[in-house]
Amino acid sequence: MTKVKSLADLKKMKESLQAKIDLREKGDAAENLIQIKVAMATCGIASGAKNVMEFLLEELEKRGINAVITQTGCMGYCYAEPTIEVKLPNADPVVFGYVDTKKADEIIEKYIKNGELVDGIIPVNYESIDNK
Amino acid sequence: MKDLSLHILDIVQNSVAAEAKVIQITLEIDDRNDYIGLTVNDNGKGMDGDFLKRVADPFTTTRTTRRVGLGIPLLKQNAEQTGGFLRIESEPGMGTKLSVRFVKSHIDCVPMGDVAGTIALLICSYPSIEFSFHVRVNSAEFSVSTTDLNDALGGIPLNDSAVFPMVKEYIASNLDELQITNLG
Ligand SMILES: Nc1ncnc2c1ncn2[C@@H]1O[C@H](COP(=O)(O)OP(=O)(O)OP(=O)(O)O)[C@@H](O)[C@H]1O
Ligand SMILES: [Mg+2]
Repeated sequence: MTKVKSLADLKKMKESLQAKIDLREKGDAAENLIQIKVAMATCGIASGAKNVMEFLLEELEKRGINAVITQTGCMGYCYAEPTIEVKLPNADPVVFGYVDTKKADEIIEKYIKNGELVDGIIPVNYESIDNK
Repeated sequence: MKDLSLHILDIVQNSVAAEAKVIQITLEIDDRNDYIGLTVNDNGKGMDGDFLKRVADPFTTTRTTRRVGLGIPLLKQNAEQTGGFLRIESEPGMGTKLSVRFVKSHIDCVPMGDVAGTIALLICSYPSIEFSFHVRVNSAEFSVSTTDLNDALGGIPLNDSAVFPMVKEYIASNLDELQITNLG
């Protein structure tokens, strides 16, 4: 792949990007979408949330998994940062603590791909983490 | 916070939380005058004078999940440690401008870190916010904005996961040219 150095280079990527998106959307209906939130308050950022988010963005794309990854505020689990919330289709959201890239890899391979539980789940009694 | 790129990510989250629609980030690296300057300007809900006076105190936060807010106090401490400063101007309903300066040659000056990754992450995560990022290293400059990227991508959403690596590469290769990655 050639390096993207200018907006013109980016423009040239348009078609291949669109092709990728079309392919993915054909394979996966919107209701099958996986939603991931990365807690990105000071506590999360200081303990590595940025790396985890970049890892998730890059790896899910590489591994062909259709997911929407967003940032959210503090979930209130500062002691367990970085934390992420994963919502699989037709399942309740699950919060994982102490997520580094190794843990994130395990979450993708076991929980996201196969629905197998992995260590590090924070028990919660709430709906979702749109608070701050 | 171990580098400036993480401080940027963190401080911008405050603007996002304040419901800003426009966020301008400026980074200046000036060797002759020996400083690194960062400003984050937003049109979010702002703070009143009384709150502003207390904002660098860790016990000032509007968070409900915990009683301390650390983002601003940590940045202020890191800047002052080098002989620099942090300043905030804000007006309720109008927005906030945070400026911080580090003395570049000071031994405690934080390294740059992955600025390209931070900016790409922000632009791609919040497509409804109009970001602009301007960087100047001595006399060389580079700018990127949400509008520029949307124009280039012509309708492909910025928050599609296929887009992030491209945007990051675009910003990174331009920052490399300014030799930003070699600093600190
Ligand atoms: N750009 C801004 N616009 C409006 N209010 C702001 C802005 N930046 C900070 N504030 C206010 O100042 C408070 C303190 O900010 P600070 O970043 O120090 O801590 P926090 O965001 O509350 O928590 P933390 O950063 O530790 O996750 C915030 O809770 C918010 O009320
Ligand atoms: Mg903050």
